[in-house]
Amino acid sequence: MTDSTKPEQRSEGTGTAGALRGVPEEAPGPENPTPESPSDKSVVRLGDRIFRSVATGSGIFVIATIAAIGIFLLIRAIPSLQANEVSFLFSREWQTGDPSNLRFGILDLAWITVASSLVALILAMPIACGIALFLTQYAPRVLARPFAYLVDLLAAVPSVVYGLWGALVLAPVISPFAVWLNNNLGWIPIFADGNVPAGSGANVFTAGIVLAVMILPIITGVTREVFARTPTAHIEGALALGATKWEVVRTTVWPFGRNGFIGGSMLGLGRALGETVALTIILSYTYTPPNYSIFDAGATFASRIALGSAEFNNNLSVGAYIAAGLVLFIVTFAVNALARWIESSSGKGKE
Amino acid sequence: MRTDTADVEQPAADPAFQYLSLGRKLKNNAATVVFTAAFLIAVVPLLWVLVTLLQRGLPPLLNADWWNHSFYGLLPSDFGGGIYHALVGTIEQALVCALFSVPLGVTVGIFLIEYGQNSRLAKTATFMVDILSGLPSIVAGLFIYALWITTFGFDRSGFAVSLSLVLLMLPLVVRTTETMLRIVPDELREASYALGVPKWKTILKVVLPTALSGIVTGVMLGLARIMGETAPLLILVGYSRAINFNLFEGPMASLPLTVYTARKTSTEAGEYRMWGAALTLVLLIMLINLLATLISKFFAVKTK
Repeated sequence: MTDSTKPEQRSEGTGTAGALRGVPEEAPGPENPTPESPSDKSVVRLGDRIFRSVATGSGIFVIATIAAIGIFLLIRAIPSLQANEVSFLFSREWQTGDPSNLRFGILDLAWITVASSLVALILAMPIACGIALFLTQYAPRVLARPFAYLVDLLAAVPSVVYGLWGALVLAPVISPFAVWLNNNLGWIPIFADGNVPAGSGANVFTAGIVLAVMILPIITGVTREVFARTPTAHIEGALALGATKWEVVRTTVWPFGRNGFIGGSMLGLGRALGETVALTIILSYTYTPPNYSIFDAGATFASRIALGSAEFNNNLSVGAYIAAGLVLFIVTFAVNALARWIESSSGKGKE
Repeated sequence: MRTDTADVEQPAADPAFQYLSLGRKLKNNAATVVFTAAFLIAVVPLLWVLVTLLQRGLPPLLNADWWNHSFYGLLPSDFGGGIYHALVGTIEQALVCALFSVPLGVTVGIFLIEYGQNSRLAKTATFMVDILSGLPSIVAGLFIYALWITTFGFDRSGFAVSLSLVLLMLPLVVRTTETMLRIVPDELREASYALGVPKWKTILKVVLPTALSGIVTGVMLGLARIMGETAPLLILVGYSRAINFNLFEGPMASLPLTVYTARKTSTEAGEYRMWGAALTLVLLIMLINLLATLISKFFAVKTK
């Protein structure tokens, strides 16, 4: 192979030399269709083959890992689900201490999980969008990066620290506001009395605010990236038509980045649904069933598992928690998949 | 002469520029205020958390014993003692986690960029890495529990924690590797091929060294992230107040677990230890973040 390519290369060289001498018509120049590169097909070296299979194997390993997570959780959950005395989906009980009389259902867990995540999302979405617009369109160029770094620092604080801050520092400060909401807007079901006093602070309201802080950097990060990709031609076009800055944002940046923003928010939702320790610390655990208000306390899927970690002593009891974990896995899988799908469909074909 | 220029300077028609109506001006200014306010709102909790930590966590850190003693033998009401046992645990678990996740993550990244391109396998793998990065840490912990402890029959240990952290760190390493390999200029690869260097050697000797600083930065950021994880620790290892260097046996402390456990000690000393451990954890994370930023600043990939 090498023997046959060498002369070809030499002849190409003379062609280029001809071009240099000033006869461009005759020599098509260096863009000449090059011969098949010798290492491409004919010679497959052993090192290449090994390296390629290792790399491919690791790719397969990642896929297998996700499958294994689903399968192992399912295998460990099934015996407990079969031993369950009450309905897994619709029961409000959680009694797993006695393996011969397992009674566990996820209805209340689902409510607390969804309620706290939604409170977080409602609070975080507009703020994250505002921050992303500020960082990409409004902040002075020199300051935009340090400012963005500051927002990213929010993600560097561990969730256990957010839990402490939420339960011991934030809750006392915002509980008067919670009491006010409860007293004055109590006629709206979600602001009605919960299963713990509104002033206690150990409720979904506080948890939602802390979760909002925790997911803020995620939503902001994704949204910022998408907004920054808005084609300059669109922005300049709007400016040339006499649009004010706000009108530029409304007519070019927002329509371009809307899907990315929604995708980022879904990613934030996925994070909020699975957040564990902060909520374990903030929410007080109570056996009173929730009242479907944001002043309820209780446990989310994740915090219920964390609270139960002390009684991980027999496979059937553990299986009940694993069943809850499986539900959480399926839900976050769906939310994340949807988020990526929305995100990837944003901004494509418009540039 | 003068009159001529004046004629020329006079506009031929009315100016096309319309002055902004009051409504548009107001809306524009209101938007600016709202977006700036959104940013300021985000800074409030950050500063609040950091100030709280410094206020409440600094006294224990200033104690000389804090950095080289454990909590061994302390009564719930005793002050004193140190965080050494938890530092040992956190660092050991994080390093062992890195030992697994870095080679694996870099290889996956290489597969996705250098080999996979747009094959169906690569697309599936990318999707799964995305899913993995959204995996709740408690689920990672439960999976390792179901696999390592229930199925394989091992005891709870620091090593099980490391395994669960691998799941959480892997997507971070893959993402950085992908990003960094993508910005390595193609000319470098082509030059290497032109010299007859096989692909695998090109990747190992040309592509990876070019991208190295970026990958190191990403790995350090990933380490900082997983060091703060608490959820898998709750189910995979017991807390110990003594120093335990052995990852494979016995309960092992770590910084997040210390914070979580100390919270249950409802004494003044418990609170003192809790905030001290929390501040130590945040300082460690910030230190690693800072180092990572410095590395990326001084050894960035040289693109054209």
